[in-house]
Amino acid sequence: MSMFWTIWISVITLGLIIGCYFLLRWCLSNQTGVPEGESMGHEFDGIEELNNQLPRWWTIMFYMTIVWGFLYLALYPGLGAYEGLLGWKSSNQNIQSLEESMQARIDAKEQGKLVEYDRELDYAADKFDPIFEAYAQVPVEELAKDAEANKVGQRLFLQNCSQCHGSDARGQNGGFPNLTDDDWLYGGSGDKIVETLINGRRAAMPAWLDAMGEDGINEVVNYVLSLSGRDVDPQLAKAGKTRFAACAACHGMDGKGNQMLGAPNLTDNIWLYGGSHRAVTETLTYGRNGVMPAFEKTLGKDKIHVVAAYVYSLSND
Amino acid sequence: MSETSQAQPDYNYKVVRQFTIMTIVWGIIGMGLGVFIAAQLFAPMLNFDTPWLTFSRLRPLHTNAVIFAFGGCALFATSYYIVQRTSQVRLFSDKLAAFTFWGWQAVIVLAVITLPMGLSSSKEYAELEWPIDILIALVWIAYIINFFGTLVIRKVSHIYVANWFLGAFMLTVAVLHIGNSMAIPVSFTKSYSLYAGAVDAMMQWWYGHNAVGFFLTAGFLGMMYYFVPKQAGRPVYSYRLSIVHFWALISLYIWAGPHHLHYTALPDWTQSLGMVMSIILFVPSWGGMINGIMTLSGAWHKLRTDPVLRFLIVSLSFYGMSTFEGPMMAIKTVNALSHYTDWTIGHVHSGALGWVAMVSIGSIYHLIPILFNQPAMYSTRLVNVHFWFATIGVVLYIVAMWMSGVLQGLMWRAVNADGTLTYSFVESLEASKPFYVVRFIGGCFVVTGMLVMAYNTWKTVRAPKGSIAVDPATQPA
Repeated sequence: MSMFWTIWISVITLGLIIGCYFLLRWCLSNQTGVPEGESMGHEFDGIEELNNQLPRWWTIMFYMTIVWGFLYLALYPGLGAYEGLLGWKSSNQNIQSLEESMQARIDAKEQGKLVEYDRELDYAADKFDPIFEAYAQVPVEELAKDAEANKVGQRLFLQNCSQCHGSDARGQNGGFPNLTDDDWLYGGSGDKIVETLINGRRAAMPAWLDAMGEDGINEVVNYVLSLSGRDVDPQLAKAGKTRFAACAACHGMDGKGNQMLGAPNLTDNIWLYGGSHRAVTETLTYGRNGVMPAFEKTLGKDKIHVVAAYVYSLSND
Repeated sequence: MSETSQAQPDYNYKVVRQFTIMTIVWGIIGMGLGVFIAAQLFAPMLNFDTPWLTFSRLRPLHTNAVIFAFGGCALFATSYYIVQRTSQVRLFSDKLAAFTFWGWQAVIVLAVITLPMGLSSSKEYAELEWPIDILIALVWIAYIINFFGTLVIRKVSHIYVANWFLGAFMLTVAVLHIGNSMAIPVSFTKSYSLYAGAVDAMMQWWYGHNAVGFFLTAGFLGMMYYFVPKQAGRPVYSYRLSIVHFWALISLYIWAGPHHLHYTALPDWTQSLGMVMSIILFVPSWGGMINGIMTLSGAWHKLRTDPVLRFLIVSLSFYGMSTFEGPMMAIKTVNALSHYTDWTIGHVHSGALGWVAMVSIGSIYHLIPILFNQPAMYSTRLVNVHFWFATIGVVLYIVAMWMSGVLQGLMWRAVNADGTLTYSFVESLEASKPFYVVRFIGGCFVVTGMLVMAYNTWKTVRAPKGSIAVDPATQPA
């Protein structure tokens, strides 16, 4: 902020508060020319006004808030670029990325500034990091048997994961997998779950409308549904089997999927986007883009480890 | 108190009558909508899977209906009445008055149509799209010309204090509405704000808080300054107090917006200024309450017999309470607990139902017999019934929201020994559910009171001349 704006803000702010003070002083001294307690002599539709003195307790309150206002503006940032005597800040300002935020934290610490947000992060790190560092030493599969760790993991899950996967971790229609059924898109080992959480996942099911046409898609849908033993039109399913060669690149010739690519198993009657004829048709027609966000920068590796153990425990009793 | 001996000028009561009746109509609709969406919060199936019945679309309709339709009509009615009576002159222009009435009703009807359709600029309390915004600005400018025109041709030497507040309210609302609603239209029903990011948020709450400060406070203080002394038959307590609190109130309120944006991307210095001014503002706010309540000196016994005066005085008590609560919530440390919780909703309603609605209702009970040439309301007992419905309803509402809000704030910040949050969001929602039911019951009380008012008004308007008996104890001097 330039000096001009700082002066502009300061003059208006302080001018207003000082103005309030003088307004109060002026009204306390009776300048009306009418004796105190008597009628002002105006009359409006039968309403008169008395010239009573301002209540004393109210006047004192006014003075107190004015004094407090000056004190606060001296101690804290308020008057433009003036930082206040305490050097307090809520957070580092003008931050546009996580990298900048981390750098600003380091800089503020070196300069000995009181940045509220940084202080809270440091406090939390000092107090809680050792707990998670200890958990991180135990392999996910072992930690999954630790009841205390699972409670911690569940709470982290409820705060960070339940929005998509549900508070019971059973997922929901629309591409949010059930985490309790031991059916894994990218693998269910401890390492794989940690990998998913750290880097996130991006699934891409292409749209097939242009390549297959509506009739072609209908054939493939019939074939795909037949893989999990559903009642279908055998003629269409047969035609669809030929076309399925295009799908096999990811889902495999047998339709059992590929965890390297996150391609779902199509034979187990578990559906990410619904298993109705209509839903599968929509999936094939328009494609799907599932996104699991990366949590490395927000949760950190140690907390991810505990969440992974909790998720692992859900399908491995 | 002595009435003026000269014959009264031929006042324009037609526009006052029109706005008065519509105040009651929109009050019932707006508050009824509030009760309906309050029910949705504990029984979500009540949106019947119909987009235009969902909370997201009806909530802005509720706020627009109670603030601008109910509150707005009350302000138009009383300001047109007050400015004529205290200036001893007929309105500057009957044509402009009629334009403001029909224009304002058109704005409200357009809101009733467009908001449920989902057409919204997404700015709180300024949701209406740009063509309606332009209509509002035109009506408002006509209103200003008519009001100040009347003041210019007044027959008394001074301008009464009620008119200071009403004038400040009109001018500032014009600036706020035009400033905040600046947008670039992309079609007849869609526009984008001229401001972006933190600046947009700052503009929005500069507007939003001063919708409270000038529309819901200064305007209604104007109403208070006429109807309290009139109904009590007592002179205004202190002329000098009205000078201090008027100038301090209007100059401090305009700064308070950033307290809605504590702990956001707004720069620290703006947050600090918003907080400091909000806290100083507490004192002039109470100046208005003191001046109103002390006006009753020597007339306290009237509260026993006059339910209209009871409405006015209880409204001032709620005004005092919410203007203490507001500055307290503007303190960052308190705000860290209260922000985003139901406490805010409770605070708003203690102001909106306790202060704004009650002072309007009291004023309208004062007005109706005068406007419709009757000696009194059809039933003073029903006014009293309304008073108790309103009071019980407001108390149930705000107590429920305080408890729910503080509970939410505490649950959201509770932390386990391992640093994880103790409760998930949905658990705090579950904890709030019983309070949502209590809030709904409180709302039902308020709306029932409004229906009693509508019935009483209907009977008063339709009563044959001479059929209403006058109880001298309840008459304004």
